[in-house]
Amino acid sequence: MQSPTLRPAMRRYTMRLLVLLALYVAALVGTKLWFRAAAPEGLLAYAAAILPALPILGVFATIGRLLIEMDDEYVRMLLVRQTLIATAFMLSVTTSWGFLNAFDLAPRIELYWPTVLWFGGLGVGGAVNALLERRAGA
Amino acid sequence: MNNRLRDLRAERGWSQQALADLLDVSRQSVNAIETGRYDPSLPLAFKIADVFALAIEDVFLNPPKETQP
Repeated sequence: MQSPTLRPAMRRYTMRLLVLLALYVAALVGTKLWFRAAAPEGLLAYAAAILPALPILGVFATIGRLLIEMDDEYVRMLLVRQTLIATAFMLSVTTSWGFLNAFDLAPRIELYWPTVLWFGGLGVGGAVNALLERRAGA
Repeated sequence: MNNRLRDLRAERGWSQQALADLLDVSRQSVNAIETGRYDPSLPLAFKIADVFALAIEDVFLNPPKETQP
């Protein structure tokens, strides 16, 4: 997320994000090694396979907490705009891709790609915010 | 919504950052309010008026009244 000022809420968000990213890497590497060494079966396989997704769900919750905890209302408005742009970006790309796929012009994609696109959209949203702020001379 | 924030700040010789510190908001917020790009919430508007020791209507201009002859 864009960090116009490093307020306490933003510092807490950054710390939570770093912890969750470390957990994601650990879960992803651990699960891959687990499946390679001795693939779990049954319900355990489902539980193990979903492990890397949990820290990503945590990131969504962390972004939600940031929006709640941010005490600077203008910065909060910027963050909300950033997340809305990210959502619009992700939905636009996936909708277009879906129709391309329907007409056999693009391959099917894995369902975690929309999440990757959404995080990319946060970058787009941050860039839009920065551009508008710069244009306003802020 | 128009406001007199820039003038009031200049009268006191405060920078945007100094005012932001007094209000516990970012300098960006002060700039956005000052330039009319963002209308503050009622609690923040009252806080701004308090910092200048003025009534809220002495800082923020009521648009319908402003256009009255």
